[in-house]
Amino acid sequence: MVPRTPRRSLVAIGAGGLALSLALAGCTAGGSDSDGGATSLTFLVDNGEATVATAQALVDAFVAENPDISIEVETRPQGADGDNVVKTRLATGEMDDIFQYNSGSLMQALSPDDTLVNLADEDYVGKFDDRFVQSVSTDDGLYGVPMGQSMAGAVIYNKDIYEQLGLEIPTTWDEFIANSEAIKQAGVAAPIVQTYGDTWTSQLFVLGDFNNVLAENPDWAEEYTNNEAKYVDEPALAGFEHLQEAFEKGLFNEDFASAKYADGVTMVATGAGAQYPILTFAAGQLMTTNPEAADVVGTFPLPGPDASTNGLTVWMPTNTVYIPKSTEGDKLEAAKKFLAFLTTPESCDIQSEANAPQGPFVVDGCELPDDVPAMVSDLQQYFDDGKTNLALEFLSPIKGPALEQITVAVGSGITSAADGAAQYDEDVKKQAQQLGIEGW
Amino acid sequence: MKSPYPTWFFIPAGVFYLVLFLVPTIASFYFSLTRWTLFSVEFIGFDNFVRFFQEPQLVQGFINTFIYAFLTSGAKVVLGLLLGVFLSSQIIARGFLRSVVFFPVLVSVIGVGILFKVLMDPFDGPINEGLAAIGIDGPGWYTDPSLALVSVAIVDIWAGVGLATLIYIAGMVAIPQEYFEASKVDGASAWSTFRHITLPLLRPATVTVVLLSLIGGLRRFDLIWTMTGGGPGFSSDVLASVVYKQYQAGFFGLSTAGNVVLFVVVAAIIFPLSWWLNRKEDER
Repeated sequence: MVPRTPRRSLVAIGAGGLALSLALAGCTAGGSDSDGGATSLTFLVDNGEATVATAQALVDAFVAENPDISIEVETRPQGADGDNVVKTRLATGEMDDIFQYNSGSLMQALSPDDTLVNLADEDYVGKFDDRFVQSVSTDDGLYGVPMGQSMAGAVIYNKDIYEQLGLEIPTTWDEFIANSEAIKQAGVAAPIVQTYGDTWTSQLFVLGDFNNVLAENPDWAEEYTNNEAKYVDEPALAGFEHLQEAFEKGLFNEDFASAKYADGVTMVATGAGAQYPILTFAAGQLMTTNPEAADVVGTFPLPGPDASTNGLTVWMPTNTVYIPKSTEGDKLEAAKKFLAFLTTPESCDIQSEANAPQGPFVVDGCELPDDVPAMVSDLQQYFDDGKTNLALEFLSPIKGPALEQITVAVGSGITSAADGAAQYDEDVKKQAQQLGIEGW
Repeated sequence: MKSPYPTWFFIPAGVFYLVLFLVPTIASFYFSLTRWTLFSVEFIGFDNFVRFFQEPQLVQGFINTFIYAFLTSGAKVVLGLLLGVFLSSQIIARGFLRSVVFFPVLVSVIGVGILFKVLMDPFDGPINEGLAAIGIDGPGWYTDPSLALVSVAIVDIWAGVGLATLIYIAGMVAIPQEYFEASKVDGASAWSTFRHITLPLLRPATVTVVLLSLIGGLRRFDLIWTMTGGGPGFSSDVLASVVYKQYQAGFFGLSTAGNVVLFVVVAAIIFPLSWWLNRKEDER
């Protein structure tokens, strides 16, 4: 590999051009000033309804306790467009004083050592779950504070349909297919819900299978980061194969190609669909659109080849709050105060209230309320039994950006599992090179 | 010819051109040779171009770009010509009909894309519901991999044919009436009049429509992105959407390389075509 030579001046020209285009597009980054002793901050969050509601509730509670600080919540788009906004603002030093973003591999792509304030010396860090610490850290520092709970990438299912047909929760892939065939036979519901109208939802067969990959090879994530383990080989290929098999057996809902994420959650809630591999933050969607189904929709892990290693693939809180290096002086003090507030039990209670919890908290002293939806309470057993593994994006900095298009192609029968996995390996290679990881 | 203006007269426009056009163009050639994260730049020679041409979706994207450009361009020429002839004849409410044809051109392409995404929804879309009412099982317009690109092209043609029609109407109006009178006196049929008078004399209009719609088709992005996002999978990806996805993913060097490729491809098609079309015109 050619040595990495930073050329700041040219970067500045390029970044300046981007800043100009942002300004022309009418986007203005935060930057309000302190007035009359009070410190005013801006807080950038994604425009998801739940995120905004949670952020605003937290800000209101914090400001009530700290009248000398005011915080304004600003929003940005979600998904890849939002990634661009965050990266561009960080690169140009125009970032808001505090911002919310993902943890894990997406955070690693922000060059955190150069752009974010290191929080490793803060008192509250000791309260964090080790796995969360890992997901917001580099070798040189710890950068984020959670705003939300951990969650699982698993199958949400309609308990009434399972009961009606006398089905057991599957612990192997073969049992899962047998259940799905039985549901198809009965003709009561679409056995497996897929929603390619929102392409990101197509990734769960692959991402949610990672517990099974680690069960086969505990070092897989490290080998993958070192360019040794590949998706074209087992055990990782299984996720792609499962997707292809489910499509070929005709187990998907009729409108899988155009249905959206919200449709999918509603289908499971109303019994139009039986099973839906998705992230359990779907609890938020469920409680918004179908609160009556809170006890009807449950969760089980995506099963693999071996019943004895059946367990959950877990995501650390994707809503994580960071302070950019461009925040200085009084504002930095105020921002740090806000982040410390986020780690208090009081803040966790506000989070549970503002949006349905999606899994256990990762901060000591934070408890879930008693009345969480079944989708979330079903997870607890796996956590208690220690049958969980982190998703790949928290164990390796590399996640290929084209996975969602590739899984849509495999799940729609356009590409075979083997070809899809090979395409994804190429995609991963690009990302690894872009991140400058050794050995690619 | 000596310019009637002193040099200082050109400076404002020159600076403007230099800063906003020349510098970014040259910078983009440089950045296309780098791995660029916005935070740091690493010079990697032609690796980006090599990688770009290894993209699994790129070959498909190339083919799709050409299918899309030639399909929309061809349809706009044929439909534009027919509509142009129709709307420049003596018919009732001609002005109104002309504005109806032109109206979609004025609507934002993004708006058109979102509208047709709803209309063409394979299950609850009015188009398929209408077809179902007369007993036809409507296709999955933008969800069927083999149909997605064509569906977008159809919407593009609907939205863009107004401009082609306008150009043809202007061309029709410019043809002197004497020719038509002469052909009438000679007893020419309607078809021969069209074939031997209207069509040849509309050549400049045709050249304009072909060039404009071909350039538009080759670099079309907004409509495809709003309707299919290049999907399902990669089946309606074109060069521009591949480049955009690289940019979204943060591969800034790679996507800049893709833009350079797009620039070269468009130039390599349009310059010879323009030269060829205009030369034949001169020779006549």
